[in-house]
Amino acid sequence: MVEKLGLAAGAVVVGIVGAIILFWLLNKACELLPRKWESRIKPYVWLLPAFAVIGVFLIYPAVETVISSFRRGKRGKLYEFVMFDNYERLFTDPNFLNTLLNNVLWIFVAPALIVGLGLAVAALVDKLKPWAEKTAKSIIFLPMAISMVGAATIWNLVYAWKPEGADQIGLLNQIIVMFGGAPQTWLQIDTFRFNTFLLMVVYIWTQVGYAMVLLSAAIKGVPEDTVEAGRIDGASERGIFFRIILPQAWPTVITVFITVLIGVMKLFDIVYAMTNGNYTTNVLGNYFYNALFRQGDPGLASAVVVILIIAVVPVLVYQVRQFRIQEENR
Amino acid sequence: MTAVANKPSRAKSPSTGSVGSRKGLWLIETVVVILCLLWIVPTVGLFITSLRPQGESNSNGWWNFFANPTQITIDNYTEVLTTGAIPFGNAFVNSIAVAVPGTIIPILIAAFAAYVFTFMEFKGRDLLFIIIVGLLVVPNQVSFVPLSIIFQQLGLNGQFATVWLAHAGFGMPLAVYLLRNYMATLPKSVVESASIDGASHWKTFWTLILPMSTPALASFAIFQFLWVWNDLLVALIFLGQGDNAVLTIAMTQQLGTRGENWHLVTAGAFISMLLPLIVFFSLQRFFVRGLTAGSVKG
Repeated sequence: MVEKLGLAAGAVVVGIVGAIILFWLLNKACELLPRKWESRIKPYVWLLPAFAVIGVFLIYPAVETVISSFRRGKRGKLYEFVMFDNYERLFTDPNFLNTLLNNVLWIFVAPALIVGLGLAVAALVDKLKPWAEKTAKSIIFLPMAISMVGAATIWNLVYAWKPEGADQIGLLNQIIVMFGGAPQTWLQIDTFRFNTFLLMVVYIWTQVGYAMVLLSAAIKGVPEDTVEAGRIDGASERGIFFRIILPQAWPTVITVFITVLIGVMKLFDIVYAMTNGNYTTNVLGNYFYNALFRQGDPGLASAVVVILIIAVVPVLVYQVRQFRIQEENR
Repeated sequence: MTAVANKPSRAKSPSTGSVGSRKGLWLIETVVVILCLLWIVPTVGLFITSLRPQGESNSNGWWNFFANPTQITIDNYTEVLTTGAIPFGNAFVNSIAVAVPGTIIPILIAAFAAYVFTFMEFKGRDLLFIIIVGLLVVPNQVSFVPLSIIFQQLGLNGQFATVWLAHAGFGMPLAVYLLRNYMATLPKSVVESASIDGASHWKTFWTLILPMSTPALASFAIFQFLWVWNDLLVALIFLGQGDNAVLTIAMTQQLGTRGENWHLVTAGAFISMLLPLIVFFSLQRFFVRGLTAGSVKG
């Protein structure tokens, strides 16, 4: 343990000093060049380390993954090109189709609920006294600090099941029993994907705080005179919120929605820790992990990632376009 | 603080009579209290379960604790910290060894890049930055297939350094984006006058821009630290369950093998939450600012 702490401390020092020396050397190398060349080349040299890690850890592997998706994978290794075999296997696998359906459910339900709840909480606490607002916000925001695995543990306890007649450990079953019902094995109920919705509850619980904090800032940023003008015209509180405050906070609503959407698309931890995709709760992130490490099929796993990439592309295009508009207005 | 300014004007508003708004406020307060309870009770349940004796935790619900609140033990904590396939004490140290460098290494690299994007003119600047913006939404999964194969061949799996660099790579787009957006709000005249005075970019970066960017650096540091600390997927793939396993892995491992031992599972979960909660409560303001500044992370 001490050894490891020492290693960590050493790594911090080496990392920082190393990075400084690296940049110093790069900078010196630039300065050796003729003045004209120096200023021309310096920006690229200073960018080099950042783009090196991005290249190694994001761009190169992304390209490689697309190529791998057309190759046969076995026991953790890649073999000859097999055209669309991996994709064909995916789309003829009922488990995968179920997984895809779950992802669609997640995408349509979770982000909308998170943004809606976040907006509701932000609007409600805005009316409270400052200390009450601060406390409520802290409580709702708190799960943001907890890991998804931690959240999964917390909610595993809420959903815990003991046979009928025994003392219940899970809060949800205790409530059911109190009202005279029979305890349920909640995470195994896949009628209408009920268990997937229960997993969504966990995700929503972790993310509403995030949505609330951003939306609250946006609501508070709405100029008071526009609200005042609405009041003078006799608008109700509800009217003011939906016609005056919400439209002005809309860009933030979209930003939050997109961030949450991306999180949902690549969701992994909660499903992995709570059901490991059993009882028809699987999602792409977990299917990918199992394909790569349980089945040891990097070809198939790559094909799953490509599907994920295709799903992300529209968001990416939108993101870049928004950024361009924003820059023009800067 | 528009909320404070809001209050008097709302009370004065003719459309909502004082009785009506008080009634409305009562309703709002009730709803908020219910929501807060829903949000806090599961965590409280976990914490209480982790403090109850083994026999109690696994045979009846944590709410029974209130009937007999003297039955508290820290045995669960000592047991998880020292025993099991991955003792949590060990995993805690590993998590620190991963998260601290995994936070600091990307910051400096990103600060240089952000400086270049903000204060230097060069060909391809817009294109390169657009690449950064696009990468914000790209899921990490894109990198795991080739990298896990390559690192396996090179024997780099299970090494801390691999995970540090991986987190540097995955965190880089957000770091550059966030820091650049912050630096863009700094007055350009500062850099221009420094340049007229004959200061090099090197000097301007270290003596002016970096100190002025402290708030943004702190926001990103907290954000990245929590992200790395709470990460499971990168750790699973590049570190695995060996000697260097981190807390999130220890937790999933324990959920699988000791899943019905609630006294241990909950104690382990709470150990993993400890540091993030401290960071969260002491630095909440910086954390919120970081979230607000760079809301899209892939």
